[in-house]
Amino acid sequence: MQILGIAGSLRSGSINAQLLQLAAGTLPDGVEFAVWEGLRDVPPFDQDTEETPSVAVAGLRSAVAAADAVLIATPEYNGSIPGTLKNALDWGSRPGATNVFRGKPVAVIGASPGAFGGVWAHEETRKILGIMGARVVDAGFSLGKAPDRLAAPDEELVTQLHEVIESLLAEATIRSAAA
Amino acid sequence: MGTISETRTALPTGTWQVDPVHSTVEFSVKHMIVANFRGGFDAFDVTVDEAGIRGTVEVASVRVSEPNLTRHLLSPDFFDAERHPQLSFDSATIGITDDELVVDGELTLKGVTRPVAIRGTVSGPVTSFDGSSRLGLELETLIDRTAYGLDWNAPLPTGGFAVGNDVKLHAELELVLAEEA
Repeated sequence: MQILGIAGSLRSGSINAQLLQLAAGTLPDGVEFAVWEGLRDVPPFDQDTEETPSVAVAGLRSAVAAADAVLIATPEYNGSIPGTLKNALDWGSRPGATNVFRGKPVAVIGASPGAFGGVWAHEETRKILGIMGARVVDAGFSLGKAPDRLAAPDEELVTQLHEVIESLLAEATIRSAAA
Repeated sequence: MGTISETRTALPTGTWQVDPVHSTVEFSVKHMIVANFRGGFDAFDVTVDEAGIRGTVEVASVRVSEPNLTRHLLSPDFFDAERHPQLSFDSATIGITDDELVVDGELTLKGVTRPVAIRGTVSGPVTSFDGSSRLGLELETLIDRTAYGLDWNAPLPTGGFAVGNDVKLHAELELVLAEEA
């Protein structure tokens, strides 16, 4: 099994990238975790260029297609999902009938320095993924006060991550068995 | 009115198979609270015989007027066609008073099986151009889609939700009597 991590933040030292790294440390045996690093290079979505997608878009699509499940960790910008992430998902949603996210188990988590952890962005991301046709798992969480929580991850956080990973793997197992 | 006819107490004997060209399986649901939105399925199979009425519908054949909506309907938010490619109905009891039908049975949708009560009418049989016997059934029931895990919705700005929970299922079926082997 392979899980693809996507961070919705570009900056170095991103707490959402840290959250993905922490998730990578909670994996059962036999599960691989790779982080997609191409977000910065995805051009603005433009239907005029759909037939000739950029290398970054092709990379996103192939990475998602190759993964059994996707774990998105995103911050919240101005009450919603970062534009860069939304743009990448818009590319990923095409072509609509056969996009690589269709049926793919996806979990959404995220972190913020504030109290609520970016919950609006996470709900928004789940909504987007659902409309794209992904299988959005119920498991997920919004980590508030993230710099402190990530500096010394406690058992509660590790358990939350473990539950998300297990949920993704369970859905991916059902899907691969049916394939 | 005014014609002499026998009182119908049962469906005609024999095995009757649906003629899909002359049949429809459709649904309607409230949209934006105010209007009925309709859609249907293009691929289905229905059999009527001594065991009752049985039907299956291919979820992937769902038909609405907007392709993006079709794709959303197929996704896990709605029918989840990947894991639940068919919905099905199997009757338990069929009551007939004249041409009025009351059918109790089980509807399986998105992997959830629940009892449903169907009302309808039966017509015929009549003999067609090719000599085959044709039977008509018009069937209708109302289900709560959320009871089957079709929960997606979107809140409206001033209250309420974009899509109703009650969904009317409506089938108009022309069935052909199978020739005995």
